[in-house]
Amino acid sequence: MADAKVIPFDDDRSRGAAQRSPRRRSSPRRKGDAAAVSEVKTLPGRQREDARGAEPAAGPPEPARRPQEEPRGGGLDRRVAGGLAFLRRRLTGEYEVDDFGYDEELTDQVLMSLLRPFYEKYFRVEVKGVENIPAEGGALIVANHSGTLPLDGLMMQVAVHDNHPQGRHLRLLAADLVFMLPVVNELARKAGHTLACAEDAERLLERGELVGVMPEGFKGIGKPFSERYKLQRFGRGGFVSTALRAGAPIVPCSIVGAEEIYPMIGNAKTLARVLGIPYFPLTPTFPWLGPLGALPLPTKWTIQFGEPIPTDGYPLEAADDPMLMFNLTDQVREQIQHSLYKLLVQRRSVFF
Amino acid sequence: MGEVVLVTGVARQLGGRFVRRVQRDPEVDRVIAVDAVPPEHHLGGADFVRADIRQPAIAKILAEYGVDTVVHMDVTATALGSGSRGSVKETNVIGTMQLLGACQKSPTVKRLVVKSSTSVYGSAPKDPAVFTETTVPKSLPSGGFAKDTVEVEGYVRGFARRRPDVAVCVLRFANILGPTADSPLAEYFSLPVLPTVFGYDPRLQFVHEDDAVEVLRLASHEPRRGTLNSGTFNIAGDGLLLLSQCSRRLGRPTVPVLLPAVTWVGSALRTVGMTDFSPEQLRLLTHGRVVATRQMRETLGFEPKYTTAEAFADFVRSRGPGLLPPGALAGAVDRIAALPFAGGNRCAN
Repeated sequence: MADAKVIPFDDDRSRGAAQRSPRRRSSPRRKGDAAAVSEVKTLPGRQREDARGAEPAAGPPEPARRPQEEPRGGGLDRRVAGGLAFLRRRLTGEYEVDDFGYDEELTDQVLMSLLRPFYEKYFRVEVKGVENIPAEGGALIVANHSGTLPLDGLMMQVAVHDNHPQGRHLRLLAADLVFMLPVVNELARKAGHTLACAEDAERLLERGELVGVMPEGFKGIGKPFSERYKLQRFGRGGFVSTALRAGAPIVPCSIVGAEEIYPMIGNAKTLARVLGIPYFPLTPTFPWLGPLGALPLPTKWTIQFGEPIPTDGYPLEAADDPMLMFNLTDQVREQIQHSLYKLLVQRRSVFF
Repeated sequence: MGEVVLVTGVARQLGGRFVRRVQRDPEVDRVIAVDAVPPEHHLGGADFVRADIRQPAIAKILAEYGVDTVVHMDVTATALGSGSRGSVKETNVIGTMQLLGACQKSPTVKRLVVKSSTSVYGSAPKDPAVFTETTVPKSLPSGGFAKDTVEVEGYVRGFARRRPDVAVCVLRFANILGPTADSPLAEYFSLPVLPTVFGYDPRLQFVHEDDAVEVLRLASHEPRRGTLNSGTFNIAGDGLLLLSQCSRRLGRPTVPVLLPAVTWVGSALRTVGMTDFSPEQLRLLTHGRVVATRQMRETLGFEPKYTTAEAFADFVRSRGPGLLPPGALAGAVDRIAALPFAGGNRCAN
């Protein structure tokens, strides 16, 4: 039941929703929204099915729909036709993929729809300051990283796409571990992620893409629960020199709520070394409850995008000035840490 | 007095095509085609000289004909006919050394063009998504054809240092596809069912063989105004295709195989003699490889006629339909769309 009308969480959000509805109409999955949702209660769920059914395995879900189609068939028809056109394109391979393996169609129609229930219902993400993301051109969104599994990055991706008036796509930079794991690497590439290295980031920024990076890396995501919301070292600040070279503004982003999804109370280091992963989390439920323990806690999230820090005023050689790099890195880090504390003070409870 | 062009590796389809094409250029006087085995295709009016480039005899040929342009195309992944991997490696590496040695001695050679491959970059998950000519690969290829190309390029760089008066052009081709292409990847795509690595969907780039011949021609003549044709260039068609897209466009079903079992399946297929799954090809089919072609456009001044997708489409046309032809699948979907309950009666799109 993911795509029921979004309950506006605050001013920002409702404004974003109002602005994005005309754009959304272009996507087949949503085609019936305006007309159908108010009366036909089962539709939102069916839309989800439709998106999933687009993968070759699932059969066409049309027959069951027939009774509901009669009163206002036009919208549904168009959606079904859109779904079939999508299926046809997928089956014949006639879709476009960019240099990084980003499959925009698959991301919009399938992957985003799979993440949206988590985004809207499970973590109830509240987004603030989306107007700080530029409407066009390259920009580097720098966020804190937490939560044992990188769900915060994925939620940030949905947050940017669903709230930004232009529906911009966030291109995340991911750790090399992501690209070594089977299945994960395939999905990550198709969702527009690429390896966190200066070459890829620069290439994306040059093309005017919105790039998301979490410079804390494994230090941030795998830190113990007791250190929650304490920002770790921001790598070597490579992201700043990349942004400087591309002249792209840096948008600091603070994510609250992701720290508590898997409270990591221990780290089985030996096991992690055997498995070749940076840490093996022990939470109150994992691995004791098995797969059930791997379910994240349903915390309430807030994602806030801060004032952009311009980088185009610096001379060309500034990107190689270590002092400037450290200063800018600190500035970004301070800004994120500061708004994290502010958001934490405003937060009523972890879960509501 | 026109150019005298010596071409190695003419027994291959691509070499033969290049020889036939380059003879028609007005600035070319004479073409000497060299290979260890006589080609099955005709070579137009070129002089075929049967010589093994692993032997010092090649120096005599250079001197005898007064060759001024050498196009080295005998760096290949697979043996022609029934050669072993060992002899292929020897031709690639020792052959290149002999040829370069001969070129170094020759006072007439002015230009050297080497057909290399983008496999010099290897493929690893830690590499950047797009390779430029200057990218240093994170893990160098450990063996096979990829290592040969790395070594060949090393010797070519050494030659360029010792003979700065010779214009040296190294062309790193992405996978060459086309109606007559006989590369290992073309063989792979001709399998009725494509084994793939489970959980990986590599990004692939192709060059059409027409474009490959054109760019070799461009590199073997004097540079056009405003361009430079010495140096190292990536050659690939625009855009890319995922392996899953390729299989769907080909209409050949895929069988995902778990990575640990892949080598085993590969050697089984090799034993049956269906295809040669070399380790570097496996890595290509696991992690994929995409190269930047800005240098090719801006410095070399070459615009490929075919994009990656068009080159692949041309290859598909030449191979005939697979088990799951895309046209039939699309037709099936259209039939579902035309069923009355699917709303096709009211909505034609």
